Amino acid sequence: MSNITLSRPPAFSLRLGFSPAAIKLNPRAYLLLAPSLVFLGAFTYWPVAQVFWESLHQQNRSHIVYVGIQNFVALAQDPAFLHALTNNLVYAVGTVVPSLVLALWFAVAVQRSTWFNTLLRSLIFIPVLVPLVAIASLFLFIFLPGVGLLDHYLAMLGVASINWVGDPDIALASIIGLTIWKNAGYYMLFFLAGLQAIPGEAYEIALIEGASPWQRMRYVTLPYLHNSLAFVFVIAALNVVTQVDHIFVLTKGGPAESTDLLLFYVYQQAVEQYDIGKAAAATVVALAFLLALSAVSLRRMEQSAEAQS
Amino acid sequence: MTSARRSISRFDELSSRIGYGIVIAAALLWTVPFLWMVVSAFRPPEQGAAAMASLVPDYLPTLANFREAWASADFPRYYANTTIMCGGILAVQIVTMSLAAYAFARVKFPGRAVLFYLFLAQLMLVPIALLVPNLTTIVHLGLYDTLLGVMAPYFATAFGTFLMRQSFRTIPIELEEAAVIDGARWWQLIRHVYLPLSKPALIAFAIISVTAHWNEFLWPLMVINSPDNRPLTVGLAAFTRGAEGAQAWGVNAAGTFLVIAPLLICFALFQRRFVNSFVTSGLK
Repeated sequence: MSNITLSRPPAFSLRLGFSPAAIKLNPRAYLLLAPSLVFLGAFTYWPVAQVFWESLHQQNRSHIVYVGIQNFVALAQDPAFLHALTNNLVYAVGTVVPSLVLALWFAVAVQRSTWFNTLLRSLIFIPVLVPLVAIASLFLFIFLPGVGLLDHYLAMLGVASINWVGDPDIALASIIGLTIWKNAGYYMLFFLAGLQAIPGEAYEIALIEGASPWQRMRYVTLPYLHNSLAFVFVIAALNVVTQVDHIFVLTKGGPAESTDLLLFYVYQQAVEQYDIGKAAAATVVALAFLLALSAVSLRRMEQSAEAQS
Repeated sequence: MTSARRSISRFDELSSRIGYGIVIAAALLWTVPFLWMVVSAFRPPEQGAAAMASLVPDYLPTLANFREAWASADFPRYYANTTIMCGGILAVQIVTMSLAAYAFARVKFPGRAVLFYLFLAQLMLVPIALLVPNLTTIVHLGLYDTLLGVMAPYFATAFGTFLMRQSFRTIPIELEEAAVIDGARWWQLIRHVYLPLSKPALIAFAIISVTAHWNEFLWPLMVINSPDNRPLTVGLAAFTRGAEGAQAWGVNAAGTFLVIAPLLICFALFQRRFVNSFVTSGLK
């Protein structure tokens, strides 16, 4: 025990971890981190390195050869990949913007803790808890053309039958609608937490000044929610790239590749086409996509982590 | 001026009432798929396909669909596999994250900031985005088609480590010093001082972790090959494909109900805990 140094308020800044005067080498700390580092190494750092390496190589009969950026060129020339990429962009904008707007709207409306508001929150939150696959299997029927739930009730309003996931022009929009329904409640929670931190006086002053609801939103609520927004944006970006379970059940990327998303494309290349080089290159693109989407927010997260460590 | 302000406030009130009304409508709309699931799961199969789209339970409830679903897929085994998976992941995570969190919270060592960043990377480089190289690794380790292969990439958790570190830091150092004077070893400190005092963080993490892995689909789909090793989600997808072919929507609804029910029951019982945990999941 005696050789564990307890961390008192440090005499020197530890921000970079290398201020020599404050450091006593403590091997036991590395022992404590070792179990985590073994798994992080095997399933986070190693695969990232591997994916970059593989994206620059190609399996050629029995041996592996360096091919430079050929895999990426092949990707750029593959219409299926380009579809997946543009679909994912449309999917990103189409899901993130409406679900954040809805989530914020819901949060503002139900922020006072009455029993009825608690009920509303729970109802909106439930889809978050449920596996996406289970939701997709319910929507198989809901989206069924002609006799499905949506068409059945829309017919009562005089709307003609729509082939929700079978029509290439509509399928992605249907998937987007499902995703908004699934995720809005999750984002709502973060906004609710953020709203609780806004001092009541801020609103009182705005009211005395005669601010309209829109102005209160713009000049009081949104500035205070800056942090929540950054977090929600990162999570939403992660979801945009990593949630493809519904594609498996509902569309398999079809019809005519209209709902193919990056990760689903990666899966197809690796598991169905056995083209590891192309799958790796597509993974690199997906990771870049993920990082680009969340670059701004990620910086904020790093800054706050730095401030803490 | 006064009248202008009054009209603004009247407009205010009206617009906020309409806004609230829309939220109530949305909340109802949000429940429709589940309402359909429940109504259809208990609907007698004799009513036929034409009745399936109705949300009105105009029948005597029957368990026929559940019996059929139960008979056509091995749900008990799927439940067992999912439970083993979630429990196993959580158990290992608690060990790895407590040790790492203690190091980051209370031990000084060279490279602490760098290692902290290395942990942070996992928040964005999530295992699921790396599914192809990870599958290769799992195959090389001889873990293909095993539950251990599904679990292994999640044994280290950056999120859990940060959550526990945050909690460990709030524990007064005097408690640790007192325990040390009493002769406690470092693992005894973590086990008997830090973990018991971090129960809220532990519970929050457990809820997030179990829900996430209960719901996971793509990764187990890739790792698992034999039907006997399928978790609930993979089993359900296979089952759904069969039911879709047979146009057995009531049976499909019943099967989905069986998969969702445990989560919904837990949520109903521990609503506040769930909500708080999910909020924590974004706030580190």
